[in-house]
Amino acid sequence: MIEPATLIWVALIVVLLFLVAGPMLKLLAVSFERLGSGTFTFNNYLQAYGRARYLEALGNSLVLGVASSALAVLFAVPMAWAVSRTDMPGKALVWFVVMGAFVVPPYLGAIGWILLAGPNSGVINTVWHWISGTDSALVNIYSFPGLAFVIALHSFPLIFIFVKSALDLVSSEMEDAANILGAGTAAATRKITLPLVWPSILGGIILVFLETVALFGTPAIIGIPARINVVTTQLWQFFEYPVRVEVAAAYAMPLLLITMALIGSQKLMLARKGYVSQTGKGGERRPIRLGAWRWALFGWCGLVGALAVAMPLLVLLQASFAKAWGRGLSFDNLTLNNYTFLIFRHEMALISIWNTLWYSAAAATLAVLIALLVAYIVNRRLVPFGGVLSFLAMAPFVIPGIVMAIGFYAAYAAPPVALYGTAAILILAFTARFLPIAFASSTAALRAVHPEMEEAARILGSGRLRTIAQITAPLVRKSLIGGWLIVFIVASRELSAAIFLVGPKTRTMAVLLYDLSEAGNFEQLAAFGGILLTITMVLVGIGMKLAGRDFMLRRM
Amino acid sequence: MSRLRLRGLTKTFGATTVVDGVDLTLEEGEFVSLLGPSGCGKTTTLRMIAGFVAPTAGSIEMDGQELSSPAGVVPPERRRMSMIFQSYAIWPNMTVAENVAFGLKLRKLPADELRQRVREILGIVQMGHLAERYPAELSGGQQQRVALARAIVVKPSVLLLDEPLSNLDANLREEMRFEIRRLHDEFRFTTVYVTHDQAEAMATSDRIAVMHAGRIEQLDVPHLLYTRPRTRFVAGFIGRTNLLQARLEGGEVGFTGFAFNAAQIGIAAEGAPRDVLFSVRPQGMCLHNVPPADASQRPMLAADVIGRTYLGECWDYMVAPRGSALQLRVAAPPLQVHDVGESVWLEFDPRQMALVG
Repeated sequence: MIEPATLIWVALIVVLLFLVAGPMLKLLAVSFERLGSGTFTFNNYLQAYGRARYLEALGNSLVLGVASSALAVLFAVPMAWAVSRTDMPGKALVWFVVMGAFVVPPYLGAIGWILLAGPNSGVINTVWHWISGTDSALVNIYSFPGLAFVIALHSFPLIFIFVKSALDLVSSEMEDAANILGAGTAAATRKITLPLVWPSILGGIILVFLETVALFGTPAIIGIPARINVVTTQLWQFFEYPVRVEVAAAYAMPLLLITMALIGSQKLMLARKGYVSQTGKGGERRPIRLGAWRWALFGWCGLVGALAVAMPLLVLLQASFAKAWGRGLSFDNLTLNNYTFLIFRHEMALISIWNTLWYSAAAATLAVLIALLVAYIVNRRLVPFGGVLSFLAMAPFVIPGIVMAIGFYAAYAAPPVALYGTAAILILAFTARFLPIAFASSTAALRAVHPEMEEAARILGSGRLRTIAQITAPLVRKSLIGGWLIVFIVASRELSAAIFLVGPKTRTMAVLLYDLSEAGNFEQLAAFGGILLTITMVLVGIGMKLAGRDFMLRRM
Repeated sequence: MSRLRLRGLTKTFGATTVVDGVDLTLEEGEFVSLLGPSGCGKTTTLRMIAGFVAPTAGSIEMDGQELSSPAGVVPPERRRMSMIFQSYAIWPNMTVAENVAFGLKLRKLPADELRQRVREILGIVQMGHLAERYPAELSGGQQQRVALARAIVVKPSVLLLDEPLSNLDANLREEMRFEIRRLHDEFRFTTVYVTHDQAEAMATSDRIAVMHAGRIEQLDVPHLLYTRPRTRFVAGFIGRTNLLQARLEGGEVGFTGFAFNAAQIGIAAEGAPRDVLFSVRPQGMCLHNVPPADASQRPMLAADVIGRTYLGECWDYMVAPRGSALQLRVAAPPLQVHDVGESVWLEFDPRQMALVG
């Protein structure tokens, strides 16, 4: 007789092969295939790397990744140290900054910085003109450093979370031991504390690097006008008419390989034996007293907060209520027209809001459902070879969203599956892309429920299903709600996977925002961004209430 | 090696006084334990000596020089002390040798001498063959040895130990006790050792300060602490004991249901009548089937055995003096067997009857 667990296992394998393995294998196949003919060729690779412009884009991506992760370290590490180890005031504010930088979609931040530091009429340059009396630009966001800066401002929370959680594990006695042997606070921090968390810093750098090279929105919005071509924007150009999906597939391969290699080396590094932190008794932690220095650190955190959150959001808010954003704050410049136009007259705005909400909800539900089943089966060892399931569920973690999207396009857009332009292809792509997030939170939730909790119910006469319903599910509910909301939030703002898969009727808010930015109407753009941000904020608020204040910032 | 002096040392956190007027002087090369239950203020006292905590009142002096007072605190890194922590605090990112060399590097030793001293000290703690290992690859006992080596290699003015053995299993703990004492005999650093384990304190210390509710209850050499406790807390905390209430009146010590001559148990009985409390260890009494011939001068009672437990090292008898509601625990050698219900003679050793209140 076949056990129900085995049937579920087979069903899950099929689902995961469809969601994860199918698109990736198809991508690989397409990259070696003369389009539509089924014959083998290297020609796609020759085309993809045969022009200096394409190679330059690859180089630009790598340099951009290095630059923005270096900047992100500069932003994040002092903040993480200050929050975790010192008596700096206003730690709650730092949480607010990190959360804010995390929640604001990167392309919205980029638009905010165009309004702030555009070379001609950006707010900073306008103020500079007024102070200096010249009409030269102080800062220009349409530049390579500008691009790296804006990306770092939205990605530093990754490093912050990594480093802070590592610092939280370092017992004060580690520093005390250095102090009593003659090292002052600065020396102990330099020689003991920072080396102890170095693997986490490096891990954070790798994630920011990977996020940067896979990012589409910011390079498209800032880079294209500045004539800076990177891998993702180049991939986008391969999708302009005539669509050359086979060249795109070949061109996406280095992105995939770099990601896999770096994630692999990061895993090795974090597992290195010598760095395993010693725990046990005496692990108490006391904040380091900084004296006057704490205000310097506080100033740094405030500056990062202003640059990453407060300033871009303020100019966006102003622009969204302005007739013409460049005319500044004045009563006769105020209008609600941007909002009313979008809501009552724009042909796509409401549809895209509705699309975003239900695609995200569907993807989050699917992802959590699949992830929970996989996590349960693997965690409770119900079937042999459960590792295959968890491997497939985690695999999208090493697949950049844009590569995933091209894989979905190649595999399922055309007949026989023929999903092009449907809601299904977006929902499935979102599900696959964010499956690892749901899987990580489900696994963590289930690990916290000791199997003996279930066994205690079983021995009293409860069947497995009743046990799951009455014991396990209530215990993991909070984490699952948290996981669902995170998937919903990241799906609702996802641009890089969506932009390759949307059809005329299935545009999401993120895609519509990108369309608006190409049209250059910043007032409407800001208003639409405001709507997206409001929706996100409401969801984050719900999440904080239901799943805990830090539900988005827990390290996976 | 230095002389360390605590004067009226006090620490309050908000409304709670954690350390309350501690006076303590350590002679050069002396090993003193701070012994007490958790929350008695011993660790806070140690952290004040190290300079991690500033006192609310009182002072700490080393060789006549003030280190800590409410007016100011010399930071830990300038006290030339060293410390062994409860978690060992071995830095996991450095090898054993790098851990041990850390303090020497800060003291800017020439490279040759540094290597020489690291090698020497690792030999002394029997860790020479593991110098290039990382801490995560060591057992708990080995980590403990690294912590010891790291602390003593810098030749500290004062060596501080904060419950260093509490994370080890029982056998290893006993071994490390003797190891710590051996290293002290070899180097004679002035040492303050915090523990809640009386056996540890007894095995290692020259003197023990028993702390309770932020105060030192008694400061004494180990064996006097056991045989002559001066307060009820010390009697109860160190080892097991019988606490007997009595009334001192007219040359007689009246217990519940029986009385002894005051002179017989070495108590001065002058002055007004008063209530007193005695601590008598189970080892401070003997059981006899018949009264011993030479025992006429010793305090003795007829009693009944009402319970017994065989503990291997000794018998633990529960004995009730006849005509009294008291129940006393008495220890007897393994071969001295009495049945429950048997009548016995209970003999007290006056030297081991300590007046504790």
